[in-house]
Amino acid sequence: MIILTGNDLKSGAVVWWAGVDWSLHVAEAVDVGDQAASIAAREEAARRVNAPYSIDALRDENGVRPAHIKDRIRALGPTVRPDLTLKPADPEAGNWVI
Amino acid sequence: MYQYDRFDQAMVDARVEEFRDQCQRRIEGKLTEDQFKPLRLMNGLYLQLHAYMLRVAIPYGTLSGPQMRALGDIADRFDRKYGHFTTRQNIQYNWIKLEEAPDILAALAKVEMHAIQTSGNCIRNISSDHFAGAAADEVTDPRPYAELLRQWSSFHPEFSYLPRKFKFAVIASETDRAAMRLHDIGINIVRGHNGDLGAAVYVGGGMGRTPMIAPLIRDFVPLDQLVTYAEACLRVYNRYGRRDNKYKARIKILVHELGAEEYTRQVEAEFAHLLAQNIEPPIAELERIKAHFAQPAFMPGDVETSQPDVGDGKFAVWVDRNTHPHKQSGYASAVISLKPVGGIPGDATSDQMRLMAALGEQYSFNELRVTHTQNIVLPHVRKADLFALWQQLEAAGLGTANLDQVGDIIACPGLDYCSLANARSIPVAQRISERFAANGKGDTLGELKLKISGCINACGHHHAGHIGILGVDRKGVENYQLLLGGSEAQDTSLGKITGPGFSEDGIIDAVETAADVYLRERQDGERFLDTYRRIGMDPFKEALYG
Amino acid sequence: MADALRFRTDNAVDHPAVTVDAYLEQSNASAVRIEPGDDARDLLPHLGHIRLVEINFPAFGDGRGYSAARVLREAGYTGEIRAVGDVLVDQIAYLRRCGFDAFEPDQPLDPSDVKMALARWPDVYQSAADGRVPIWSQRHG
Ligand code: SF4
Repeated sequence: MIILTGNDLKSGAVVWWAGVDWSLHVAEAVDVGDQAASIAAREEAARRVNAPYSIDALRDENGVRPAHIKDRIRALGPTVRPDLTLKPADPEAGNWVI
Repeated sequence: MYQYDRFDQAMVDARVEEFRDQCQRRIEGKLTEDQFKPLRLMNGLYLQLHAYMLRVAIPYGTLSGPQMRALGDIADRFDRKYGHFTTRQNIQYNWIKLEEAPDILAALAKVEMHAIQTSGNCIRNISSDHFAGAAADEVTDPRPYAELLRQWSSFHPEFSYLPRKFKFAVIASETDRAAMRLHDIGINIVRGHNGDLGAAVYVGGGMGRTPMIAPLIRDFVPLDQLVTYAEACLRVYNRYGRRDNKYKARIKILVHELGAEEYTRQVEAEFAHLLAQNIEPPIAELERIKAHFAQPAFMPGDVETSQPDVGDGKFAVWVDRNTHPHKQSGYASAVISLKPVGGIPGDATSDQMRLMAALGEQYSFNELRVTHTQNIVLPHVRKADLFALWQQLEAAGLGTANLDQVGDIIACPGLDYCSLANARSIPVAQRISERFAANGKGDTLGELKLKISGCINACGHHHAGHIGILGVDRKGVENYQLLLGGSEAQDTSLGKITGPGFSEDGIIDAVETAADVYLRERQDGERFLDTYRRIGMDPFKEALYG
Repeated sequence: MADALRFRTDNAVDHPAVTVDAYLEQSNASAVRIEPGDDARDLLPHLGHIRLVEINFPAFGDGRGYSAARVLREAGYTGEIRAVGDVLVDQIAYLRRCGFDAFEPDQPLDPSDVKMALARWPDVYQSAADGRVPIWSQRHG
């Protein structure tokens, strides 16, 4: 699948296109098919997102897995600071990015 | 240290308002990201992997107690209670909101700090020797010259859209503690034949994708022509530096392609022209700045020239490794390691920052320094106070005694934070320091400078490590190349790649293997680097791949 | 040329600028356009005949034009130096300092934004082409 990501313009937070709005959780990302460019342009013009780009991803039993490690780290947070990731309570969360 | 007068303060305040206006225009949609990006970068604001990142300038690495405290307070108020000290003596905050960035700049301006030109294709923060003004071996304190150049380069109208970023380092001793020749311009303040001070100028060094050691292009620039000479160096670069390819745009490529001789000829011609333009501040301005760097009121040296009996074994090791000879007898410069075993190199919590601020005020005449190796220095500590200082550091987890040892690793943020990264740096640093602490070899290796970058941009100085590690992307998997034989000291050299790269587990083993070769081969008094230079790459290759 | 924002009182040149190469080959034009790769110093022997130098910024991030303008001013040129191309209000203060005294960007500038940008900096740290008294000079009267 192809998913769309970027950063929230004001807060800078990593966000994923979830169909009608942006989500902090990659698991909620939807397949944008060939609509990536038009959604990105519209959302950027509306200043809801900054520097959007589309990536390949796979849907599996754990949700949505971006194809590249960089986007998996973006989805989780810094692996060296589990307390600052989206899954602070899960000590194994970092293994997901590898 | 330098204190702003009303002019300096007004400039920084104006910048805060300018940036507030620019942020507002961005949020309102009057500026596109393409238009806003260079403006935010010139205020140190990046869009990184997880959020906006703000890089704050710490000019020539010097800051006061209140400034360090303010950095801690900013970490609490606007970030997640920590900051990261960088290899260019700056600090970075990783979780900044665009809307709050102008407020942070305003908070910085209150303590005479800023984020001006900490990014962008302009003249960046000027770095210097972290023992400046304290080191026993310096010719003079290099910081007044760095401050003179800081003011000249701030908001420079001609040099704010250079082909690429531009970094100065200024030192004033034979021992190079600032990687001077790996900067775009390296300046060494020296004493000339007639006894006067002047500047030896090196141009065209750098790391990154094409590492180069800067050649000397002038052995003596009189101090009343320093700004003019710098202007000439920059003008030749601004006019002729390559702009067709971002990877060939640094001044090192221009100097390399023209040849040092031709570049020098052009600079001399421009210099002769600019001398007639009277752009040089008067010597009185340099004297004014120098007065700010007057020596603190040291106690007379003969009162006590050594610390009391070092007793505690751990304390003795710390004194041996983490203090540096001071020009004033009875004093030492103490280095606070931000490299605890398994820790994140260069990170400090807001509480640690406030503690270091207080210790700087109590023990070091209200002065602290940031080193390019991502540690903190208290430059002027009475030897009699070292024990009390160390006890407080120990209690706060800041007493690690590993300066220049294998655990004192430079590591860039890497793929955990940096959007340009190919691989993570920090976990590699953590695991190496844990490995050498657990097997006890760390204590037997002596000086071994290990430096890790998460991509070819080399913010982690991997080319200049006795052992260097470079993260690369191999088909979407993190992979690490090993380099040996680099140095960023006065014997500057560039490391060589050993051969094929390693996995994350593999690189930890590879570093240990290289260390073992050294332990086996070393002769009396040799450091790792000396042994490598004597025996060459082959024995290491043999052990790594054989 | 009605759209140019000018900081001079003389009449604007009313014919188009020619390229540096064309000018040097043979021209009695009084307006020349400098592109980023041109050497402004090629014009120095002819400055007495030139009334307008346009300096083009195909992209605002290419800063060669700043040096070109200063080189001309340092050689004593007093005619108009006009910034054209991708020129934004955020560059205008620096351009003025380098000797530009007219602006005709691709995207017209909002005059009130320009006014604010030029009033922004109470003082300057360097001596440049605009005659402003640098801070170091004010400090030492
Ligand atoms: S070396 Fe690369 S990965 Fe590391 S901080 Fe610099 S740009 Fe980022």
